[in-house]
Amino acid sequence: MQKELIRLEHISKSFDGQMVLDDLELNIHENEFVTLLGPSGCGKTTTLRILGGFVQPDAGKVIFDARDITGMPPNKRQLNTVFQKYALFTHMTIAENIAFGLKIKKKSKSYIDDKIKYALKLVNLEGYGSRMPDSLSGGQQQRIAIARAIVNEPKVLLLDEPLGALDLKLRQEMQYELIRMKNELGITFVYVTHDQEEALTMSDTIVVMNQGYIQQIGSPESIYNEPENAFVADFIGDSNIIAATMIEDKCVEILGTRFACVDTGFGTRKPVDVVIRPEDVELVPPENGTITGVVTHLIFKGVHYEMEVMANGFEWLVHSTVLSPVGKEVGLRVDPFNIQIMNKPESEDEEAVALEL
Amino acid sequence: MNSKKHLLAAPYAAWAAIFIIVPLGMILYYGLTDKSGSFTLENLLAIASPGHARSLWRSVWLSLISTAVCFLLAYPLAMILAGKKGRNGSFIILIFILPMWMNFLLRTLAWQTLLEKTGVINSILAFLGLPALKIINTPSAIVLGMVYNFLPFMVLPLYNALSKIDENVIHAAKDLGANKIQTFFRIILPLSVPGIISGITMVFVPALTTFVISTLLGGSKVLLIGNIIEQEFTQAGNWHLGSGLSIVLMVFILINMVVTALFDKEE
Repeated sequence: MQKELIRLEHISKSFDGQMVLDDLELNIHENEFVTLLGPSGCGKTTTLRILGGFVQPDAGKVIFDARDITGMPPNKRQLNTVFQKYALFTHMTIAENIAFGLKIKKKSKSYIDDKIKYALKLVNLEGYGSRMPDSLSGGQQQRIAIARAIVNEPKVLLLDEPLGALDLKLRQEMQYELIRMKNELGITFVYVTHDQEEALTMSDTIVVMNQGYIQQIGSPESIYNEPENAFVADFIGDSNIIAATMIEDKCVEILGTRFACVDTGFGTRKPVDVVIRPEDVELVPPENGTITGVVTHLIFKGVHYEMEVMANGFEWLVHSTVLSPVGKEVGLRVDPFNIQIMNKPESEDEEAVALEL
Repeated sequence: MNSKKHLLAAPYAAWAAIFIIVPLGMILYYGLTDKSGSFTLENLLAIASPGHARSLWRSVWLSLISTAVCFLLAYPLAMILAGKKGRNGSFIILIFILPMWMNFLLRTLAWQTLLEKTGVINSILAFLGLPALKIINTPSAIVLGMVYNFLPFMVLPLYNALSKIDENVIHAAKDLGANKIQTFFRIILPLSVPGIISGITMVFVPALTTFVISTLLGGSKVLLIGNIIEQEFTQAGNWHLGSGLSIVLMVFILINMVVTALFDKEE
């Protein structure tokens, strides 16, 4: 792991008596692509604003490069922000927009000109310097906003839902662009989004947040494959979340039927939640299935079929490239390592989360 | 459909024809003719006579001062209001608009009573043992009246322009290293130029043409171009000269508006 660059210590913040962040702890490393992911109101944007210096936490510290910068105003911080809806200066040309930060720092004209050229090249908009922001498309304006930020050579780039206003195709293109830029620049990106697909595509580390609490921190793979609670499982991708009982190590009873699993250490006869991803449910002939059921819905989704199978009183969501028509009796089978066991919520924080579902 | 929609504009079109187009035509006619009805430019050139020129110059000068004072008072206020975003902001705006609900003449007459030699203000000053203010019937009283009456017309467009600036644009400037002063002069001020232009126009033009404020607060001692025109119509009964001077004033205002519009575009 790279060197630690930012540490948020016991950060709390409330607006008008409404708790937005509660005792948040987060470490961000050099050259890491960290995504704060969660539904609106989860505190992700507030966290980013605290990093940028636009919001002061009620309690806690922001440590940057081993220095406490909690009270430092935004213009003194060594990080730059790419704002939602670009926030370009509409009364300046593209070149003037990009030069803004450098002029404030009183850099020489030749240095600024070189930087403008370099930045426009980096964002693939060479020759746009003399245009006005309003004459550019949304995607182009967003690239300019990135260019304007990165010419200041920040150690960290903060991005606040930068692709939110773009259409799907452009958004996917920009995701690859952002990864390329990050690799070229070799700096840390802290990215805020509510789009789980964006988070999975780009991040080194995903921080899943809900109601001011961090639900899980991990790589995209671990967040997707091993969600720690029902909120994370539900928020990241489709999933079957079923109340179950852990009979003993490596054996869980789901809807009255025992399934083999790989998890241990949950105790015996303990109530748990299990998560099974729809693509991990195999449809087999009824005699081969662990349980049997009847297909109730069928939708063609392009890459796969999405089916719902009523079995043991639960509608199982199943993704498969093989079609099973509505009304057909099928067997359901799940590989032991595809059953993810999660503790039932116990603490108050987790309870709040469970209520949301 | 379309012709029906056009019909909806008919009442206003009639109004405009009767109360705008026709009077303008009459002013043009009177302004460009003499008493015998033959064409002349004399009424326009009369502006060059010493008395008229001095009044026009005084009008321009006092209007400029009033506009500048209004701007300096209104800009900080508009910034505070725009920053409030709704909560107390609308209440403060209400307080500012409240006097506008009262008749313009009454408000100006009230100032006359306040400022008179034996008026309310001087009575209070005398009671406190302070020297009396000699402000009534001076240019200062006229400026005071102009600022008082026209300040809301400066506040509102400025407030409008400033509240339209995206908070994130200001955040972005700070994020890029600008301090408060740099953010103000490089971002906020330039982005509020449309509001400044319309605020200046809305204060300068009525101030330039007023004759009520100068009559009530300036006595007969300080004549503005508006007073001269009014006297030509109501006292001297010389509609030709009054119309001629009005045309000159209108052209003057038009030039002023074209210049500010050009300035706006350059920004």
